[in-house]
Amino acid sequence: MNHIVEQLVLAPVIIPLLGAGLCLAAGRSAAVQRIVSIVALGLVVAAAGVLLYRADTHGPQTFNVGGWPAELGISLVADRFSSLMLIVSTIVTLCVLLYSIGQGVVEFGRKTPLSVFYPTFLVLSAGVSNAFLSADLFNLFVGFEILLASSYVLITLGGTNARVRSGTIYIIVSLISSVLFLMSIGAVYAATGTVNFAQLASRFAELPPGITTVLQLMLLLTFAVKAAVFPLYAWLPDSYPTAPAPVTAVFAGLLTKVGIYAILRTQTLLFPGDNLRTLLLWAAILTMVVGILGAVAQSDVKRVLSFTLVSHIGYMLFGIAMGTELGITGAVFYIAHHITVQTTLFLVAGLIEYRSGTTNLDRLGGLARLAPILSIMFFVPAINLAGIPPFSGFLGKLALMEAGIEDEAGLATLGVVAAVVTSLLTLYAIAKIWNRAFWQPKGEDAPDVSQVDTGPWTPAGSLHGTRGVGTKTQRTTAWADQREEKRLPRGMAGPTLFLAFVTVTLTVFAGPLMSYAQRAAVELLDRQPYIEAVLDR
Amino acid sequence: MSPNLILVIVVGVMVGSGVILVLERSLTRILVGFVLIGNGLNVLFLVASGPAGRAPLIDVGEGPMSDPLPQAMALTAIVITLGVTAFGLALAYRAYQLTGTDDVQDDLEDDFIRRRAERDEVSTTFDEALPDEALPDEDYLDNDDVGVAADAETSVGEERRR
Repeated sequence: MNHIVEQLVLAPVIIPLLGAGLCLAAGRSAAVQRIVSIVALGLVVAAAGVLLYRADTHGPQTFNVGGWPAELGISLVADRFSSLMLIVSTIVTLCVLLYSIGQGVVEFGRKTPLSVFYPTFLVLSAGVSNAFLSADLFNLFVGFEILLASSYVLITLGGTNARVRSGTIYIIVSLISSVLFLMSIGAVYAATGTVNFAQLASRFAELPPGITTVLQLMLLLTFAVKAAVFPLYAWLPDSYPTAPAPVTAVFAGLLTKVGIYAILRTQTLLFPGDNLRTLLLWAAILTMVVGILGAVAQSDVKRVLSFTLVSHIGYMLFGIAMGTELGITGAVFYIAHHITVQTTLFLVAGLIEYRSGTTNLDRLGGLARLAPILSIMFFVPAINLAGIPPFSGFLGKLALMEAGIEDEAGLATLGVVAAVVTSLLTLYAIAKIWNRAFWQPKGEDAPDVSQVDTGPWTPAGSLHGTRGVGTKTQRTTAWADQREEKRLPRGMAGPTLFLAFVTVTLTVFAGPLMSYAQRAAVELLDRQPYIEAVLDR
Repeated sequence: MSPNLILVIVVGVMVGSGVILVLERSLTRILVGFVLIGNGLNVLFLVASGPAGRAPLIDVGEGPMSDPLPQAMALTAIVITLGVTAFGLALAYRAYQLTGTDDVQDDLEDDFIRRRAERDEVSTTFDEALPDEALPDEDYLDNDDVGVAADAETSVGEERRR
């Protein structure tokens, strides 16, 4: 039994990769592709569930790939924090997969195989799992590269002008952060002679503090780019909105969180203590405030959501910067909450786009009457995001603010203030979407369809030769108007509804989840269980 | 461990030239820069692995072995760089197909804000530079056209946003 469970740690990485291979082989049969993808991710969810249980009751689960000892080979570790991330991310990925299957059926028909999409999506899932499970820096790098390489394909899917334009920026920024990561790994290896987390944990303590700080800064910089932390977030709001809805949703839910995961893991395990605390706190505060100010200024649903994504990364970073048990607990809880909520909101944005042909607030209206279920699917996660009691967003923010108040330093208090302000402004941004897209009737003075491509930020684009965007929007708008009364396709609405339900479930089970997060935080701060689990075999 | 100075200089030169290329506008140059940095970092791994020894095979030859781990890492990094570069080149070609150039384009919003700023500037100078009895010379006429057009556009844009 033990042996099988040990190998289960490998399952979240290997099963999606196998599935991707099968999907490629079955390139001509849409049905086989769909079944293989669903089965693969379903198995991963099951494996993640078992890992979650085992990690909570039996301590961190480890597996050394190929039987090499941990110091030399690759080992995968599922401790409480990793398992929680794993299960939340895989559930979300599965839902997005179902949504994208629904969308694929709607757009291309039941028979058309999407030869690239499913395999890439599965590889992305494998990369995310690998990053969450890896117990050494280099394998973390490989996990990042797997998920980034597949994200490059997904973000430029179809190769339209708009996607190539925004994808290029995303890809270049990611490349830079990848080489930075590689550079940090080289430097870490030169300084310590290992890349294994457990060994690094003790060897960093022996280094001169100056060298440790440099290495810490290099790693932080790398992960901050991935996590879209201020001032390294500028690539995100421009590159996410142009991708297809399921792609944006899974990116928003997972990719930045992988960066946050890496920051949390390295800060607690490799660099305990409050070495760069002031820097992290400032980064957290500025990420929160600047991000949400960006959201307030936008007039497109997807762009507003992208900026709230940036802004709420600040909350998690705030918890990490506090570094106390309560702070880490809050951060862990908030990551789990935010993955589900943000993904749901982006899926809803996709449904809005399907229903109305646009996500521009100037041209939306009256959706509450036209699509009541869609409104509920938006409303619940949205106020959850803003942190209205009793939802999980409120509880996560509460824990983080308590951690900030417990700490009596002035900067922590400033952080709490920033958190409150950000929460309020999130509510404002959300209310703006709600009022303009859902509540108020579609205005008489709204520009008609023929003027569609002169929205606030398309004129500049059309001068750059992105005429394709405009015409496409025109076409889809006309198409949407034709079937004004048509219902949302079940294949797309179902998974979104389920995810919205999951966000509510997180609220209902907030007690157990919070105590689990606390146990995870204790384990992270203690460090010994993780180190022993990795090295004792 | 004292690192090999020549290798360190090689790393510095390669990464430095790579950074300069990455700062270019053309995607192809950026990719060449990326490849240079990537290869420079592979050399960095050689520096990190300490003094060179014999091939890392057990029971073959005598003397101290090279550290095999950085070699494995460098190999992995080479493969990753290769794959990503191939994708990047395809992307550059696609961008070239679509726009006739592989230049990295500006962020749409930045562009929009800049244009608005430019327009506002034109319209304010136009308002200030509008003496009632001024004789319309050629420059002035030009300004006039631009100002009116820009004003109209701005107000239309603002209406939409509302």
